[in-house]
Amino acid sequence: MSTVTSEGTQTHGESAKPIEAIESAIVRFVGDSGDGMQLAGTQFTTTSAVFGNDIATFPDYPAEIRAPAGTLAGVSGFQINFSSRDIHTPGDKVSALMAMNPAALKANIADLEDGGLLIVNVDEFSVPNLKRAHYESNPLDSDAFDRYRVYKIPITKHTFEAVKETGLSTKDASRCKNFYALGVAFWLYDRPLETTLAWINQKFAKVPAVAQANTLALKAGYHFGETAEIFTVRYRIPRAKLAPGKYRNLTGNQATALGLIAAARLAGKPLFYGSYPITPASDILHELSLHKNFDVRTFQAEDEIAAMCSVIGAAYAGAIAVTGTSGPGMALKQEAIGLAMITEVPCLIINAQRGGPSTGLPTKTEQADLWQAIIGRNGECPVPVLAARSASDCFSAAIEAIRVAVKYMTPVILLSDGFIASGSEPWRIPDAADLEKIEIKHADDAETFQPYERNAAGSRPWAIPGTLGLQHRLGGLEKADVTGDVCYDPDNHQHMIELRARKVQNVANDIGDQEVFGEPSGDLLVASWGGTFGAVWSAVQRAQAEGHKVSHMHLRWLLPMPKNTGAILKRFKKILVCELNMGQLQFVLGGHFAIESEGLHKVQGRPFMIGEIHEKIVQVLGGQTP
Amino acid sequence: MSAIDTPLKPKDFKSDQEVRWCPGCGDYSILSQMQKVLADVGAEKHNTVFVSGIGCSSRFPYYMDTYGFHGIHGRAASIATGVKIANPDLTVWVITGDGDGLSIGGNHFIHTIRRNIDLKIVLFNNRIYGLTKGQYSPTSEVGKKTRSTPFGSIDNPIHPIAVALGVEVTFVARCVDVDVKNMISVLKRAAAHKGTAFVEVYQNCNVYNHMAFAYASDKKTKDDHVLYLEHGKPMIFGKERDKGIRLNGTMPEVVDLGSGISQDDLLIHDEKAAEPTLAYLLSRMRYPDFPEPMGVFRALEAPTYEAVLMNQIEEATRQKGKGNLNELFGAGDTWEVN
Ligand code: SF4
Repeated sequence: MSTVTSEGTQTHGESAKPIEAIESAIVRFVGDSGDGMQLAGTQFTTTSAVFGNDIATFPDYPAEIRAPAGTLAGVSGFQINFSSRDIHTPGDKVSALMAMNPAALKANIADLEDGGLLIVNVDEFSVPNLKRAHYESNPLDSDAFDRYRVYKIPITKHTFEAVKETGLSTKDASRCKNFYALGVAFWLYDRPLETTLAWINQKFAKVPAVAQANTLALKAGYHFGETAEIFTVRYRIPRAKLAPGKYRNLTGNQATALGLIAAARLAGKPLFYGSYPITPASDILHELSLHKNFDVRTFQAEDEIAAMCSVIGAAYAGAIAVTGTSGPGMALKQEAIGLAMITEVPCLIINAQRGGPSTGLPTKTEQADLWQAIIGRNGECPVPVLAARSASDCFSAAIEAIRVAVKYMTPVILLSDGFIASGSEPWRIPDAADLEKIEIKHADDAETFQPYERNAAGSRPWAIPGTLGLQHRLGGLEKADVTGDVCYDPDNHQHMIELRARKVQNVANDIGDQEVFGEPSGDLLVASWGGTFGAVWSAVQRAQAEGHKVSHMHLRWLLPMPKNTGAILKRFKKILVCELNMGQLQFVLGGHFAIESEGLHKVQGRPFMIGEIHEKIVQVLGGQTP
Repeated sequence: MSAIDTPLKPKDFKSDQEVRWCPGCGDYSILSQMQKVLADVGAEKHNTVFVSGIGCSSRFPYYMDTYGFHGIHGRAASIATGVKIANPDLTVWVITGDGDGLSIGGNHFIHTIRRNIDLKIVLFNNRIYGLTKGQYSPTSEVGKKTRSTPFGSIDNPIHPIAVALGVEVTFVARCVDVDVKNMISVLKRAAAHKGTAFVEVYQNCNVYNHMAFAYASDKKTKDDHVLYLEHGKPMIFGKERDKGIRLNGTMPEVVDLGSGISQDDLLIHDEKAAEPTLAYLLSRMRYPDFPEPMGVFRALEAPTYEAVLMNQIEEATRQKGKGNLNELFGAGDTWEVN
């Protein structure tokens, strides 16, 4: 193979084979946890993003770091939807499935569309591997896959041949298979190799043999597409017409980290991030700890409780204080969140939700922590709650959350989920100069200072240790109005509970009106929140295009809700609440607004598909298409 | 403001809050000595923070006219850690008890100490749960009868100084609530230490565990039951200063001075020893077999957590320049859409 690898990376777009222009495609790489599928997927994503497509990704990996090779438990996948138009989800059905072994094939084949491309590494379809995947016989020999366009490629063998000249061990050579597969995919969708080649050279600069081997494997895969007789056509997805600007591809966790750094800078403060490692939130900690030159002070605590308590201390002392976690960690933090709430110190708690209860499905997505956020603490303990709607939206959601926290002197909970935390999409890079400053005025007048006196927003002063003459004591015991002294008076307790609740309600003055996508009234309002935005909005658009009188309301703020939320709900004949839980928002809406609604509840550890929401919309509307 | 100009007196550190411990509680003495020590060391009220957890001892911050934070059960050290990292210029004290610091907060106790973050942790050990009205605590002795152990406690007690040494504490000391002189000297040493300073105070809960430390506090008997540690000095104790501690193999033993045994045969206290072996051995000398050591067991200089953290930030800033948001946003693979 090496004879053809030295040329041809420039042949992008000059293929001998016909190229068919299509609007979008969905590719999924699947293999063993150790097969490097996440890497192949990420590289395909970056290349497509840099090329100018709109993209949405869905990394799907097991909780075990390395489950036994070749088993169904160890299957890891990465899905990319890349398009020449505006897209909001990683897509429902896969157009091309790249399966590195029988287990990966078995776990994913149901998602391949009819007529889709099925590319398999035939070298791995040995009897033991088939057995590990619980196949009785080789499905490639049957007519089971007649619905698909099947390409059997000896990827392992070809990879070995391609990298032979580097002298790498069999084990190391075998690890280049993902680049071979990536090369095939690049050829198939007419993608340039430059971005990945540059990445390989940078990443493996210290191990030239590995850099060379991965380069050879990538090019070998690419040239196989071109020279082998098996592919008759390739595809091209033109650039998308995104809003003009400079873009980069970001996961939700990265976007969150950048938003936090920006917020601290906008407030002119150090950023304190106290956290305990937990899937899928750890990447926020990883990203932040890279940026110490922004005066980012990361603290990996000994447990979730210590993380939250360190945040309270840092907030008291005047930092922008944040913690990130996922469901089980959130449960552990709740007592301390109550302390932050009653002491009224500003801080942010990020919950990248995952499948629960308990340890649940650590690497899978779910939205079942809404109740935990809203009502999950002892006592009357309302805390503002908002949810990001997509990976890139995490950036502005993080800034907005900090803005509310410091203005209202309150902990704020920001919900993301595994899907948007680990998934990525293009982010239009803002100009820092366009971001509004976060104004903070600390108390400094010893003559007039009262720790629990309230301003027009209902908020108490932020007096930080080190300020002359403002010594005061905070704590979890109920406090007297204005003075903040410990107070057990019954009327005072009721009064303070009401003051704190009112303060949280006041946040509604800052969050604007709730938007409705579509007509302001009609037959059906589809309500959603958080990371399901893309799928729900796409499904509603589809139904609207069919003539249904359906609109979409996506809530960013869950506590408080925008003031017009109730009015919107009353303008529709029916309400359908779509969420990845058993009806938590539906319950909250019912409780707040005394409305009846239907729910679409999915708890499979996977995001919504557009199709299943659309189907439900049509069903709720009586099953007729106008 | 006068706070800066004229030296503060102990009463300047008193807050306007009424002190609500039971009359006769050992906590009163600790509060007074702390106020005296802060005045003596020239502490600034506005740069001093007291953080506590839950329990009788943890009401302490309310009575100090400094900044204060009364936290939740067991978590004082974690809250204090956040305060110190956010503003390393502050002097931060942690007030905790045997239940708060060693039971529900045991995890934070060991991890805070191992980081050597500059917090002064004062643990009021009264070997009982006071605020919840008299259950045995993690430092209660085996067999202790309490409301939750009517047939006697079956838990082995934890020894806080031994635990602290196990996680390489850089300063550790002990004193008794009524032994004012020793407490003042210990608290001053803790105040001066850079890094985590851990002080165990034997504190009398006269309501639920009265006289638990009588052997160490009763003026008539204490000299025979207490060993005052002095760096570089032989370990001598007793009313007549006629007894000492000698090493026999790897074990300490009590010896009488005079009968062929001189001071030269005794163990010499070395609080600066790099290895914690001697301090650990001292931590295992317990009543009634041994006099219990009071004073500073160990005092070492070592880099503090917050200093190293701030160094990393300075170093990153020196290398990369002060962070620029536009550079941060535009890093990595980017593309233009026109
Ligand atoms: S219960 Fe014991 S420790 Fe608590 S205040 Fe009373 S005497 Fe002091």
